[in-house]
Amino acid sequence: MSDFTSGFWNIYIGIITIVSIIACAVLLKALSTRKVSGAQVETTGHAWDEDLVELNNPLPRWWIWLFYITIVFGLVYLALYPGLGSFSGSYGWTSKKQYEEEVAKAEALSAPIYDKYAKTDLKQLASDPEAMAIGQKLFLNNCAQCHSSDARGGKGYPNLTDNDWIYGGAPETIEETIANGRKGMMPAWGALLGDDGVKDMAHYVMSLNGGTYDSLRAARGKDKFMTTCIACHGPEGKGNQAIGAEDLTKPNLLHGADEPSLIETISKGRTSVMPPQKEALGEARVHILAAYVWGLSNSPAATAPPAKTGGQ
Amino acid sequence: MNNTNTYNYTVVRQFALMTVVWGIVGMLVGVLIAAQLRWPGLNFDIPWLSYGRLRPLHTNAVIFAFGGSALFAASYYVVQRTCHVRLFAGRLAAFTFWGWQAVIVLAAVTLPLGITSGKEYAELEWPIDILITVVWVSYAIVFFGTIAKRKTPHIYVANWFFGAYILTIALLHLINSAEVPVTFWKSYSAYAGVQDAMVQWWYGHNAVGFFLTAGFLGMMYYFIPKQAERPVYSYRLSVVHFWALIFTYMWAGPHHLHYTALPDWAQSIGMVFSLILLAPSWGGMINGMMTLSGAWHKLRDDPILKFLIVSLSFYGMSTFEGPMMSIKTVNALSHYTDWTIGHVHSGALGWVGLVTMGSIYYLIPRLWGRKEMYSVPLINMHFWMATIGIVLYIAAMWIAGVMQGLMWRAVSADGTLTYTFVEGVKATSPFYTIRLLGGLLYLSGMFVMAYNVWRTVAGQQAVDAPIPAVAAAHA
Repeated sequence: MSDFTSGFWNIYIGIITIVSIIACAVLLKALSTRKVSGAQVETTGHAWDEDLVELNNPLPRWWIWLFYITIVFGLVYLALYPGLGSFSGSYGWTSKKQYEEEVAKAEALSAPIYDKYAKTDLKQLASDPEAMAIGQKLFLNNCAQCHSSDARGGKGYPNLTDNDWIYGGAPETIEETIANGRKGMMPAWGALLGDDGVKDMAHYVMSLNGGTYDSLRAARGKDKFMTTCIACHGPEGKGNQAIGAEDLTKPNLLHGADEPSLIETISKGRTSVMPPQKEALGEARVHILAAYVWGLSNSPAATAPPAKTGGQ
Repeated sequence: MNNTNTYNYTVVRQFALMTVVWGIVGMLVGVLIAAQLRWPGLNFDIPWLSYGRLRPLHTNAVIFAFGGSALFAASYYVVQRTCHVRLFAGRLAAFTFWGWQAVIVLAAVTLPLGITSGKEYAELEWPIDILITVVWVSYAIVFFGTIAKRKTPHIYVANWFFGAYILTIALLHLINSAEVPVTFWKSYSAYAGVQDAMVQWWYGHNAVGFFLTAGFLGMMYYFIPKQAERPVYSYRLSVVHFWALIFTYMWAGPHHLHYTALPDWAQSIGMVFSLILLAPSWGGMINGMMTLSGAWHKLRDDPILKFLIVSLSFYGMSTFEGPMMSIKTVNALSHYTDWTIGHVHSGALGWVGLVTMGSIYYLIPRLWGRKEMYSVPLINMHFWMATIGIVLYIAAMWIAGVMQGLMWRAVSADGTLTYTFVEGVKATSPFYTIRLLGGLLYLSGMFVMAYNVWRTVAGQQAVDAPIPAVAAAHA
């Protein structure tokens, strides 16, 4: 691994850096005369703008020493740490190594804690307050960005506290969702149904989930529902968790249950992505998170954290 | 037109007045975005008022409009008076005034519209970049032309610093703003990835080093000895610290990219030169402070001198803090926190702001043929408002920054972060209130200044001072 396209740059950087640092010392040495003791300090003899003149005091000693100390520090530092081209410095330090060591240290500290829980059944884990405290912190740092810090989600981001699941709420299914992610695809129907057809369909969906709807439009929508939507959402609109087709009979739909939202969803389609977490967090943490998320709607030990944001 | 016997003060007067105007505008935007950080609703859901668009407007306005106008005014004034000749190419000098104002107005329009190249402190899009280049080359011609036709045998130290700043800013602007236009208002950087980041921070740090440091040191080297009526402390010191400063600054940029994709060797070199930069930076402070030796009593009742000397204290503080923050271990804590914002403002409000205000208070009466400002007590009042404002601002940001750094890195035994990001935001918010108060106080001081300047100038005849007949009499 090299940062350089040729060995020349390596030498170029090394030499020019050393020469530049030494040059600072030479400049300093050349002008730090000691003289001017006792006698009056004289001006340079030049004058500008009527009364502007310069004395020629010697450089303050403490300042000279400060300058030399930083120069010596610089040279020593470059002997110990990487800096002079590809010379790695006698400490062999790299920022990558520093990072890896810190991660390894943290992993070593926390591994026993996670090992303890790795084999525990998810439902049992959800009633373990200690594990759920970890789960809450994992959630706040990794999941709250989309699902909100109270886990109630938002438009396009599922509410995780209401025991209403798109891909299923069994603990193992939740673990699968977190570990490998999900991709939900609602196709766009605007071209096929036309503006009016989309609106009819929206009203039919509203009739399913208890919204206020135009019954004439809903009736027309129902006919088309039975030919186009039925494949995924089923004849009763109850959806299909195996493919992530949403249950349309519940009042809170992922992308909104009001008329404009439904029209947008039906005509343009939706793509919903839950990113996979196994690589980023590791299986042990995903395991605890799965128990925590399941617990949010099933166990008193796993609490959504609305009050936590105020704490220190 | 018998103006060959007088200095060209017209362009100095224009820039001096616009310094006050743009100071108020830039700081007002700063106060607004400081308030937005505390109460996000203050963007009123209007895109032009959103934080992301106003923040570059604030930085551009205070650095290039306020600071830039001050540097133009001071350098044009100083170069004439220390060369004992009228400004070279008067019409070109007039063009630099109108051209620079056009750049500022264009910035004030395009940035809120979201037109940006996305490079910090170099956000303006390519057509404006070209205008900047034209104005800057004209500036260089006027400045160095005046130096060339000087009647004094030697070049005064302030002009070394002004000259270095003008040349280097040209170089920085040309290289960093190299971009590929796509449409009239959109371009992409000529560099990619980490090279782009390195060029950007080579530019960014030297904009601090040459625009905000060398340029204002030029100001300091004229106005402090003039106001104190004392000789500059040490010519020898000015030689060493000038060359060491302009040389080492060039290397310090990589410290903005610690622990990033920038190779370790480049980060180390940036850190080493940032530390070596400490003594050269302090050389200017020592020279300015020691110029007062034998005249310290003047600080008691001369508020202009207070502005100038206290500005050097803040300069010394921030040029100590900077090298410390460039150390990798310290940077690991301070980077991305409000500590950086505090550091920048101790330099910007404390050093650049105060030295500018002191210099403008020196200039205004002289440019309008008066002995002193309309009200000296008001200068004193402004000094205290500004100083207290700065202290509130930077103390709040230090505490907030260190707290953020500690909260972000806190890890529980189970390996999870102890605090979520939003907890850090919540803990910071009281300090945002204190910072806002400090900023408000500083801005209010600018209104006091504007009133004082207005009363000094209104109804007065603009006066161009005569050029002394026999120059450099005792050279």
